[in-house]
Amino acid sequence: MPAARVTLIRIFYALALLLAVLVLNFSLMHLAPGDVADTISQSMGGADAEVLERIRIDYGLDQPFLVQLGRYIGNVLHFDLGYSFFYNQSVTSLILERLPATLLLVISAQVLALVVGVVLGVVSARRPNGMLSHFVTFLALFGYSAPVFWTGILLLIAFSLKIPLFPVAGMQDITVTGGFFAHAWDILRHLVLPMITLASIFLALYSRLARATMMEVLGSDYVRTAKAKGLSQRDVVYKHALKNALSPVITLAGLQFSAVVSGAVLVETVFSWPGLGTLAFQSIIARDTPTILGILFFSALVVIVGNLLTDFALRLVDPRLGGRR
Amino acid sequence: MTHMFKRLLAATATVALVATGAAAEEPTKGGTLVVAVGSNIRTMNSAVQSGIATGFPGAQIFASPLRYDEDWTPQPYLAESWETSADGLHVTLHLVHNAKFHDGVPITSKDVAFSVKMIKENHPFKAMFAPVESVDTPDDYTAVLNLSQPHPALMLAMSGQLMSIIPEHIYGDGQDIKTHPRNIENVVGSGPFKLTEFKNGEYFVLEKFDDFFIDGRPYLDKIVARIITDPAARAIAYENGEVQMGSFETIPRIVNRLKKVDGLTVTDKGFGAIGPIDWLAINTAKGPLQDVKVRKAIAYAVDKQFILKALMLGTATDAHTGIHPDSPFYEPDVETYDLDLDKANALLDEAGFPMQGDKRFDLTIDYGWAEAKPQVEYVKAALKKVGIEVTVRASADFPTWAKRMGEGDFDLSWDAVYNWGDPVIGVHRTYLSSNIGKGVWSNTQNYSNARVDELLEMAGKETDPEKRKALYSEFQKIVADEVPIYFINALPYHLVYSNKVGNPPMGIWSTSSPMDMTYLKE
Repeated sequence: MPAARVTLIRIFYALALLLAVLVLNFSLMHLAPGDVADTISQSMGGADAEVLERIRIDYGLDQPFLVQLGRYIGNVLHFDLGYSFFYNQSVTSLILERLPATLLLVISAQVLALVVGVVLGVVSARRPNGMLSHFVTFLALFGYSAPVFWTGILLLIAFSLKIPLFPVAGMQDITVTGGFFAHAWDILRHLVLPMITLASIFLALYSRLARATMMEVLGSDYVRTAKAKGLSQRDVVYKHALKNALSPVITLAGLQFSAVVSGAVLVETVFSWPGLGTLAFQSIIARDTPTILGILFFSALVVIVGNLLTDFALRLVDPRLGGRR
Repeated sequence: MTHMFKRLLAATATVALVATGAAAEEPTKGGTLVVAVGSNIRTMNSAVQSGIATGFPGAQIFASPLRYDEDWTPQPYLAESWETSADGLHVTLHLVHNAKFHDGVPITSKDVAFSVKMIKENHPFKAMFAPVESVDTPDDYTAVLNLSQPHPALMLAMSGQLMSIIPEHIYGDGQDIKTHPRNIENVVGSGPFKLTEFKNGEYFVLEKFDDFFIDGRPYLDKIVARIITDPAARAIAYENGEVQMGSFETIPRIVNRLKKVDGLTVTDKGFGAIGPIDWLAINTAKGPLQDVKVRKAIAYAVDKQFILKALMLGTATDAHTGIHPDSPFYEPDVETYDLDLDKANALLDEAGFPMQGDKRFDLTIDYGWAEAKPQVEYVKAALKKVGIEVTVRASADFPTWAKRMGEGDFDLSWDAVYNWGDPVIGVHRTYLSSNIGKGVWSNTQNYSNARVDELLEMAGKETDPEKRKALYSEFQKIVADEVPIYFINALPYHLVYSNKVGNPPMGIWSTSSPMDMTYLKE
């Protein structure tokens, strides 16, 4: 199949998926009892019945379901994600404000988990029954099974309170003055704990997988040949075996991208990280349908792009994939 | 000799104490106060949005005609003086002459008239300004509010949380004020601080307004408000000193932990006008609950002391009625229901619900937020002892619960309702028979008593404070006796502040009041 056609079909599927995400979630939101007028009234400490009624009319919530759905899809087709009832702001601007923070957190956590996971996996594969290997397994499983918010709070207590190395919440200290580097350093300090928290979940997956594939690869014929050729242990492991062991890890990382995005919801909430995760969480609680749908739309996009990048990375480590086109 | 020496030492110490005391009285100017805020903010315009999230920035950005001290006494603010006519139908405000909006335009009586109109049309609490028919502006600094009936609630309604004076030249441009773009950016206010930066979900920055109408104020140069929604993370930020102040902390475990931290003060003072009360709502229109004996039996079976000690961990005050214990209208001397299972059983027998096996009848109990789950589970266990089988109904989220409450689809429910200043604003709505089934936090209990309706109507327009107090007193006694609601405790709101903070807001509105007198000690 020519590459262009493959790409077109992929884009078509991606668009169909996006539409399905929107329609399905719009319907689900509509099925739940109560609406955003209730949460607005909650934020105001209660409101008179006529005020509630007016909010519903203002936001078109009094219209039949299909009319509301039709209007919404129509707007999205015109690249208009609508207006947030709760934040009194356009959804697109609300999301674009938050997107960079989430991307920073998600990508750095993903990279950290991958690099550390692969290194730990490879190291423990070389001596599968050594102390270090057991320790890595323990650490990985611990990170995987502990709830994210608990890990987060624990890290906060340890490294913000007992040993005050890192700030508690947010992405930047507004009182910091100085140039670009002062601000970058400030953001980096804020990033460390949420990044580690988010990475801790995926570290287990990557290190376990890297360990397993590495052990398999190390037992294969060509590695034996390489060893027989008299290459040093280091060359065998890092030049010959590692490249082949990486493929499955990268595939998994691509598949996990959506999980990283959803993991960000909890991590961001614990650390008040001003990203899409906190926004998603609060919009769900507030029943702010346009905002939730906008976020789902954007996270679907992020996942799709993440998967494309995975494809690209796979081709880099495994030339056979590129050559077969 | 040593005795003399000790006395001398004591005397020196006293002098030293007095000296530092005097030094502490003198507020230091300047500095940046970092405050934690627990939720996102829909709008900075407190003329169209009530609630504590908007209340804090609203009261800093906008000035109100009056402000209140901790004794519920009105103090001059934007109005230097005010008077009510003998028939109670005209309230005249005399504005200060040097007040300006943040863009330099003078604040006049026209803005007061405009603000009243906007609040009356858009604010969620209709009762606040309902009797205000018109506002006359005989000159730039005099505004006369003309009322259809005497309306004593107006006095508390004129404080910062409820009545912001907003600029007509900004909001009078014909756009819908509820969604006006200037509600969140380029906000032009009338208060001690101006909004210089606002990133929703992250922070906002309030800077001293140099032309504020009270000379020498505000003391602080800047207030940085950080939005930290997770209470545990907020607690750590107080503890490690990143944040110097925050209000509305309510989780008992966290409150008690913060109380033990050196350098922090944690107090439940200053929430009287906000007036949040936790209670057990009883749907008086449902089955056995129609019988007052059954409702009394429930009250006798639920051990309030257990809730206060074991669940609230001693952080909350006992509440006997729907008016906050700090309010001048609170009547503590009402029928109370100390734990008495024998009495509860006898009342249930009398009401015609005999024990069959180990059960009399079934009920459900609802709750709308996670913090209320322990209370609800406790009520279930407590009522089982007298043969009432209670099923707990969880709600997925607030709107789910709100809909059930609004439609009267519940037997029992945990609830928390706020006074919002005068009883006319936040108390009447729960008991007036004309307000049955009007959504969440209306008269969801289907409670109807002609005498209560009459008392509330009279109290709403009684201008004599003593007579008014007597009317509310009778009202509270009737309600406590008929138990449409079993009142449990005042919600344990707490103000947390570092000892470096001088004059934290301890009036009746907590941080929803102007912080022009707050300062940072050197």
